[in-house]
This record gives sequence, C-alpha cells and structure tokens, in this order.
Amino acid sequence: MKQFFIFVKKEWLHIWRDKRTLFILIWMPIVQILLYGFALTNEVKNSKIAIFDEAKDEASTTISQEISASRYFNLLKNVDSYKEIEATFRQGKIRLAVVFPRGFRNDLLHTNHAQIQLIADASDPNTANMLTNYATSIINDYQQSINQNEKLPYTIKTQVRMLYNPELKGAYNFVPGVMALVLMLVCAMMTSISIVREKEMGTMEVILVSPLKPFRIIIAKTIPYLLVSMLNIASILLLSVYALDVPIRGNLGLLIGESILFTITSLSLGILISNTAKTQQTAQFTSLMSLFLPTLLFSGFLFPIENMPIALQVISNIVPAKWYYIIVKDVMIKGLGFGAVWKETMILIVMTLALLGISIRNFKIRLA
Amino acid sequence: MQKEKVITANELTKRFGTFTAVDKITFEVDKGEIFGFLGANGAGKTTAMRMLCGLSLPTSGLATVAGYDVYKQNELIKKNIGYMSQKFSLYEDLTVRENIQFYGGIYGLTDERIKEKTDLLLKQLQLEEAGKKLVRALPLGWKQKLAFSIAIVHDPAIVFLDEPTGGVDPITRREFWSLIYEASERGITIFVTTHYMDEAEYCDRVSIMVDGRIDALDSPANLMRDYAANSMDEVFLHLARKAVRSE
Amino acid sequence: MQPVVVENIVKTYPTKKTVVNALRGISFSVDPGEIFGIIGPDGAGKTSLFRILTTLLLADSGNAFVDGFDVVKDYKQIRNRVGYMPGKFSLYQDLTVQENLEFFATIFDTTIQKNYDLIKEIYQQIEPFKNRKAGQLSGGMKQKLALSCALIHKPSVLFLDEPTTGVDAVSRKEFWEMLHRLKEQGISILVSTAYMDEASLCDRVALILKGEILSINTPKGVTDEFKNPLWAIRADEMFRLMNAIKADPSVESCYPFGQYHHVVFKTHENNKEKLEQITQKGKYTSVEINSIKPNIEDCFMALMKE
Repeated sequence: MKQFFIFVKKEWLHIWRDKRTLFILIWMPIVQILLYGFALTNEVKNSKIAIFDEAKDEASTTISQEISASRYFNLLKNVDSYKEIEATFRQGKIRLAVVFPRGFRNDLLHTNHAQIQLIADASDPNTANMLTNYATSIINDYQQSINQNEKLPYTIKTQVRMLYNPELKGAYNFVPGVMALVLMLVCAMMTSISIVREKEMGTMEVILVSPLKPFRIIIAKTIPYLLVSMLNIASILLLSVYALDVPIRGNLGLLIGESILFTITSLSLGILISNTAKTQQTAQFTSLMSLFLPTLLFSGFLFPIENMPIALQVISNIVPAKWYYIIVKDVMIKGLGFGAVWKETMILIVMTLALLGISIRNFKIRLA
Repeated sequence: MQKEKVITANELTKRFGTFTAVDKITFEVDKGEIFGFLGANGAGKTTAMRMLCGLSLPTSGLATVAGYDVYKQNELIKKNIGYMSQKFSLYEDLTVRENIQFYGGIYGLTDERIKEKTDLLLKQLQLEEAGKKLVRALPLGWKQKLAFSIAIVHDPAIVFLDEPTGGVDPITRREFWSLIYEASERGITIFVTTHYMDEAEYCDRVSIMVDGRIDALDSPANLMRDYAANSMDEVFLHLARKAVRSE
Repeated sequence: MQPVVVENIVKTYPTKKTVVNALRGISFSVDPGEIFGIIGPDGAGKTSLFRILTTLLLADSGNAFVDGFDVVKDYKQIRNRVGYMPGKFSLYQDLTVQENLEFFATIFDTTIQKNYDLIKEIYQQIEPFKNRKAGQLSGGMKQKLALSCALIHKPSVLFLDEPTTGVDAVSRKEFWEMLHRLKEQGISILVSTAYMDEASLCDRVALILKGEILSINTPKGVTDEFKNPLWAIRADEMFRLMNAIKADPSVESCYPFGQYHHVVFKTHENNKEKLEQITQKGKYTSVEINSIKPNIEDCFMALMKE
C-alpha cells in the first residue's frame, strides 16, 4: 500500500513541476468557462438592423420603437428605399431590415390585416432565423396589445425574405468558415512542424552548412503546403457546389485569388512560429493555441462577432481568418465583387507583408 | 565449498514468430561475481536480459534468478533484483532525496530504513549538499553513480546494469566501477551489459553473444589468451566479424 | 595555409540560474592532410567547438579560420566548401540511401558521379541497400551513408563530430580505416570522440575537458609527456587491493583499469618493493606486478588532476 502512495506522490510532483502542463490543466478550464460563459454565445444581441418605414404612422412608429428598444436589436439607420436596403446588406452592415408598407395603419384599421416585411441576411442562417423570430415575437406582442378590447382580432402578418440563402442551408455559413480553418491548419501548423522537425532531427544543421541559402530553405518548405492548400480549396469548393448545393455566386477567379492570399498569410504565420519553437510538440501546441483556436472562435462563423463583448471584438480584428471569412462569404454567397471586399483584402495584404517581413528577418541562419 | 548460483540458465530461448532472438543459451553466475554480458547490438543481449529480469517470458528453456523460476515466480524475481540502464534510471524533475525516497518506497523499505539509506548514500557519493537539487542539475557522472546506488538501495541479490556508462570522463567512469567493486565485495552479484570492451576487463567472467548464441564464456584473461589478443576489443572483433545478424 | 586555425575561442551558455562555460579559451590548428582528434568526455565542449567552426554558432570571443576564411565574416564561403557530419548522423530517415545521397550532392551543386571515386569504397558497402530507407539501416550503415553524404562534394576539410558514438565495434574499426584512406586523398579531417583508444589512430590530438585543452600533441608525444612511474598490479581481491594501495602515502593514484589496477607513484624509488610489501601484508592470491608504459587514458587522467 505504501508503494502505491509513494507512486501517487511522485506523479503529483511531476505534474506540479511541469509548468506547461500545469497551465493547461488548471488555466485552460478557467479560460474556457469564462470565454464560453461570457463572451462566446450563439445568443443574438445588439444585432444591427435598418428600418424602412414607408407608412410613417402611429402604428409603424410604435412597432419601430419597440423593435429598436429591444436588446436584440440595434437600429443602425432608417432607410428610404429598397435600393438602400440592398446596399446596406451588401456592405455587411446589417443583419435584418424591417419594412413597413405605405398605409400600414390604415390597412390595419380598415381590413384588420396588415403586413410587415422582414428581410434577413441568411448567409448565416441561424442568426437570420433567430432575428426574424425575435422581430416576429415583438410584432406579435404589439398585435396582442391592440387586440385587448376588440371583438374582431387584428392580424399582422410578417413576410420573411431570406437573402442570399432562401433555403437557410447551414452549409452557406460553415463552408467559408471551414475554408478558413483548413487553410490556417494546413499551412500554419504543418509548415511550422516541418521546419521544426528538421531542427529536431538534426538535419537542419547539415543543410545550413551547405551552399543552400536559408531563405530558399524556408520557401522550399512552404511550397508543398501551398500546393496542398490549393488542392484542399478545390475539393472543398467542388464538394460544396455539387454535394452541398452551395453556389459560387461571385467571380471564381476572385475567390481563388483571395484564397491564395490567405494561404500566404497562414504560411508566414507558420514560419514565424517555427522560428521560436524548439520541438515539434511546441510548434504543434503553439499553432493550435495561437492560430487554430482563435480562428475557430474569432473568425465569426461559429460565434457572430457582434455578439461578443467589445474587448473580444477588438481582438478579433487581428485574427486574419476574420477578414478572409468575410471575403469568402461576400464573394461566394453574396456574389459581390472586388469593390465590396477591397478593404478586407487590403487588411489581409498588410498583415501578410508584415508577417512575412518579421518571420524572414527572424529566421535563424545559425543554430542559436 | 560450492559457490551459490545466483543465475542459472539452461537452453534459454526466445522466439518472435520465426525469428529466434535468443538461441538456447546456457550459463551460470555465481554470487558476488561481476559478470559481463557482451554482444553487438542485435545479438540478443537485451532480450536475454529482459527474460532474466522477469520482464519477458521465455519461449523455451529454463532459468532461475536469485533462486526463483522465471516462468512462475517473476514477481518474486522483481522484488529481489535491482536494475539500472543508461537510457532511464532517475526522475530528472525530482530532487536527489525524492528519488531515493521514491525508489526506497517502491522496493518496500521501511521509512526508517529509507532515512538511513538516504543519509548513507548522500555521504558515500559526497552529495550531501545536493540532496535538494533536481537530478536534472547534476552532471552526468554524478547521475550515473546515484542511479547505481539507488538500484541497490534495497540490497538485492543481484543488480542488472544495462549499458550503464557512456561518455563520462575516465576518472568518473572508474569511480563508478569502484562502486561496483564495492557492491560485489558486499555479496551483491553484478550482471552488466556493455559495448565498451575495456569495461569487459573489469568483470570476473564475460559471455559474448553472437546471433542469439553465446559464442564465448570465460574470464577476460583466458579469452585473451585463447584468441591471442591483447585486449577484449580484439577478442570481440574476432567473434563479431563472424556475425550474420546486425541491428 | 592551415585548414583550421583556432585562436582563444570562448563560448558560454547562459541558463536560468548560472552560466555554463562551454569553451574557455581554446587555441589550436590543424595541418593540411592530417587527422586531428579532439578527445574528451561528454560536456567537454566538443560539439560547441565543431558548431563554431562550421559557422553554426557564434563564439563569445576569439577567432577561428577555416581554409583561411573567418568563421563569422566569411561564413558563406565556409558553408560552401566543408563537409560536416554532426552527432546522430543527420540523415533523412524516410528517404532512401540513394535519395539522401542525391539530395546532398545536388545542394552542393554536384552529382554523385562526379566525385564517385572519393566515396566509392565506402558507398560500395551500403550500395546493396540503396533503395532502403535510411531510418531502417543499422548504426554502422548509417554512419557510412552520413560520411558519404559529407564527402560527396569533395570538401577540403571534413568535420566529424563523434562519428563513432553508439556504433558497434566492427563498424568503428572500419570507419577509422576509411578515414585513413581519405587522408591519402589530401582531405584534412577534424574528428571528435569520447573513446580514448581512438586517440592513437589520429596524427595529432587535443585532449579536452570542461572547455579547456589539457594537451596538444601526437599520441606518442602525449604518452611521452607522462613522467611519473606507472605500474600495473592485479590479484584475485581487486577491491581490497585498490583500497590498500590508495592508503599508501607514496602513491599518487590507483585506478582500476580492467584486469589490472594502474598505480602512479610520486617518485621513482622502490615502487615495486612497495607494491610487494602491500600484497604480502594483505594475503592476496594470484598477484602480478608489472611496470608499464602509459596509454592515452592514463595521460588524460593525470592531466585532469593537474
């Protein structure tokens, strides 16, 4: 029995003295609970909306106020035309638009029927569903309140239009997200592991003592993963189109170009990590913790960014995947052109150049 | 008076499928002897040693260690032997004292005895100030000496040393062998494998394994005379060149 | 021009609590076409030295030149022309023998055919396995492959860091035979080892311990420098004998050396008599006493104590 306990004591000492493992065992659960409890949520709050009020009467104004006051919604602006609604959706500024037809209150009083149109950005079908549900329930509440003392009930019907994704296919949302994840994983993690493996095996020593320029060593290490990524993008797109019925509405060339850009961003992140990691294990761990996980959490496809606390929203800005996800959704699902995504593209380009610059400058031409 | 036999092996064999790693080896080791078990990598040394330590069941043949049968009593064998290898012996992230206490506990020593032994070992190895240091911080030579002392902390009948020394400076290596001499003097039998042929010369008798068989078994002096060699290195080269198997 | 010149190289590694002095001011030079051995145990600084000379590490201070090129300023030229075989013979485990060789030939801008006669003797021993993955070779074969890869571009200087560690005795012997044949081709070789007996196979050696050079000389020169009288003694009761001898005040040191103990006396007088006295007093059996010449290990140990 004593032998058993001394073994337990030894195991305890091992854990306590391995700081990295300790971090994972004790801090990670805490961080996770805080993140998932407070920050990341599927619950929709403060979603930006627009209201197109053609009626401008007592009823429409009251309903508009109710909607704006709700914690689910944040009125971005009042618009004056369908064109403006479309443009605002294209810019990705709103998730929902509420349209009151002309003579709304009149219709209600004279025919006991009226309609309100809800237009939602269904490229993220879950959010779109929830938003239309919330809006509908607010409208129903109003309907109930005016039905209090009436013999003949008033009915307000909501007509819902789901933009970009009328069938509310989940694939429309997660395909762009998966593309970001896959590229980040393959390029960043595999590149860093490949470079570090060379160091671990000892062959890095030998090839450094050769005419091969270190710069070329890195490029040579990244090219296979560039090609593999292209293959992956191709297969994801083919499967999406033919097996999942997800369309590519925009320019295919643009989509591929942006994907190549993001691939290079991921590759340079991989090189950056490999510069400091000494073992493959460290490279893998660092890639997962600092790249894969943030991509998963902050790209926006799993947890809408506007639902996060401000601090996390700011952090999401430095996650390259966030920008790529927006680009892919805009081009692939919304069918938009370069004009709509040039800002995000610029951001990615700047990030890539900065990362490439740092990682190449830091690449060690010596062992230490 | 006949010397007590600490190890007996009779046609001991281990097969893995069609591959015969250890091929009917027969030998005996006396109490207090320093017995060298030599052979190239792949010759079958490690496999043979595992059978003797109770870690692996033989395919056929007989063997006893410390009087216990390797087939039926391997738990008793494990209680009565010590083991040290170059690849692993001490926990780097535990202190010197903690290692001694741990192994003492595992071998079933009483708390008093552990305390006694700890003080004794630290003094013997001149590690009194290093008791609370992590093993990781010790130089290689000290680690080796400490590992050996811990391997015999429970005064086993026999201690198995698997390639125990490597790369340390010559003086430290000899201090290590002095510890071995001292243990042998106390009646502990030493079973050591090594590929440093000059260390073979410290042994009372050596056996040389080639392709799973024992091709030579005698004292170093006799072997050198029989093969007209000036060193064990030459004896070994003579036998190893015939080998069919390499790792 | 000397292929390798080392002037007062110092290298330290800072750790969390202290500083490790890996090299404390090392100086030596290698003559053209010689096999120069760096002999010392683990931790002596051999690998740090090799990495500095092959431009993989920067020394804290001091200068070093390979083929006349400065290891810091002209590192590119050095990397183009030396052959390097680090410990653990770095080969690509999942590439075949042939693929490894082609890779190294190509990055040195040459082909296997061009310098084939340089590696022919070595390569022929592993040629039957040329399609086997390097990871599946035995230690001895890996060693030969790594040597071939280091030679394939006909380097002027060859740096071999512990090439025989962990390799079986037969391969070790063959390896040194190969080195001697390479010497005939005019290649200068700097080789490190922890095996003291390999020192005698070099033209000159530097004995190194804890970052300092104890002696630089030909193997014979090293043993000639050993001034104290050396005796070998054995008996059936080795441990008791050793303690008894060590207790004698005229004894400088007594160490086990396998079948015999080597005893170093402080002076040249009456040493045999002293040993006989000890053995007679203590009742030893099968006693043998000889006066012997020191080998490299005896010298190394004596130098260690100074």
